[in-house]
Amino acid sequence: MTIDRRKFLQLAALGGGAVFASSLPGCAAMGGPAASAGADDFYFVQLSDSHWGFEGPKVNPDARGTLPKAIAAVNALAEPPDFVVFTGDLTHTTDNPVERRKRLSEFRDIASRLTVKAVRFMPGEHDASLDHGKAFSEFFGPTHYTFDHKGVHFIALDNVSDPAARIGEDQLAWLAADLAAQPRDARIVVLTHRPLFDLAPQWDWATRDGAQALELLAAHPNVVVFYGHIHQENHHMTGHIAHHSAKSLMFPLPAPLSQPRREPLPWDASQPYRGLGWREVEAQDRGGKFSLDEHPVGRA
Amino acid sequence: MDPQRRIVLTAALLSLGLAAGAIAQAQPRVIKVSARRFVFTPSRIEVRRGEAVVFELTTEDIFMGFNLPDFNVRADIVPGKAVRVPLTPDKAGTFTFLCDVFCGEGHETMNGTLVVT
Repeated sequence: MTIDRRKFLQLAALGGGAVFASSLPGCAAMGGPAASAGADDFYFVQLSDSHWGFEGPKVNPDARGTLPKAIAAVNALAEPPDFVVFTGDLTHTTDNPVERRKRLSEFRDIASRLTVKAVRFMPGEHDASLDHGKAFSEFFGPTHYTFDHKGVHFIALDNVSDPAARIGEDQLAWLAADLAAQPRDARIVVLTHRPLFDLAPQWDWATRDGAQALELLAAHPNVVVFYGHIHQENHHMTGHIAHHSAKSLMFPLPAPLSQPRREPLPWDASQPYRGLGWREVEAQDRGGKFSLDEHPVGRA
Repeated sequence: MDPQRRIVLTAALLSLGLAAGAIAQAQPRVIKVSARRFVFTPSRIEVRRGEAVVFELTTEDIFMGFNLPDFNVRADIVPGKAVRVPLTPDKAGTFTFLCDVFCGEGHETMNGTLVVT
């Protein structure tokens, strides 16, 4: 028996499940006026910053178990997402190219347990900055690309293969050409790793030429950005463009500039996996809104 | 020596000294900063508000970046070449500078502190 997805979410929320709705700029609250189901409603799952290969028991004593737990939870969703996207830092950085490939290979094996129809991968600076994306591409293909799904145009932007955190002139020209081919009112979702705006340059939470990408995107009224890198939720507007960062699947980081140093938050044994998680993004056909449902990583 | 001549000479020397002092004041202080994976040396720099300084940046190993976002100061640091970046801080406080070119396993801890008093 198929349960209507929205009904399931409501039931899960009523039953104390892990699902909750966010009411955010660029997003609609679950069950709100824009929530009436449309023919092309769909949802995808964003997983981010799994840092496979990281070791640090004081930060995450279950470093090899957290990602598999998240994948099991995605597989257990009552209604599968249309696709899953990993927004970078699949692996933790290493200076050793052999070890980098070993980590990417292990990560790919674990990610292959996902039972969804399609999985998209993007690099983070930990995967790609030391070899300009070479190893990542060997395993997962291009570092930037587009795809269309049920009326939404997705653009995966690479702001990490350049170790100086630039998108670069070539990719910006590619972006401009891609956007020029879209109707002005196209529904556009940008997937990227670093924030495209200057969230906290003091902590390297920025993209050197991100403003140029945003200038190109600003010509389109329906743009939403989903990214990773900062290991926590952050919701920010630049003009009419909403930016939503995702939690990590390895360790949380402090709020931007909330302390002198950007250091992983220590593991709290009384609240295991606190600050870790993943999200569902529901694209609603009617009203063109997106709903975010944040999931913590469970113990099971 | 004729007392009047002595006065003239003293005045001349004084004015020379003042001029030299003025020249010295006009020259910004050069602060050498060396980068290597994954540290800046020095990692703590103290300057006075309004003091003109020049950071002379070098790298001992690979391509690095120097970024002081609070003052919109940044530069690439290329091996074998010193790059000079001027700064006259207009605000006091403690500010972070960092390497903004991903340089390896310890990159994320490669930063330092500028203290402006």
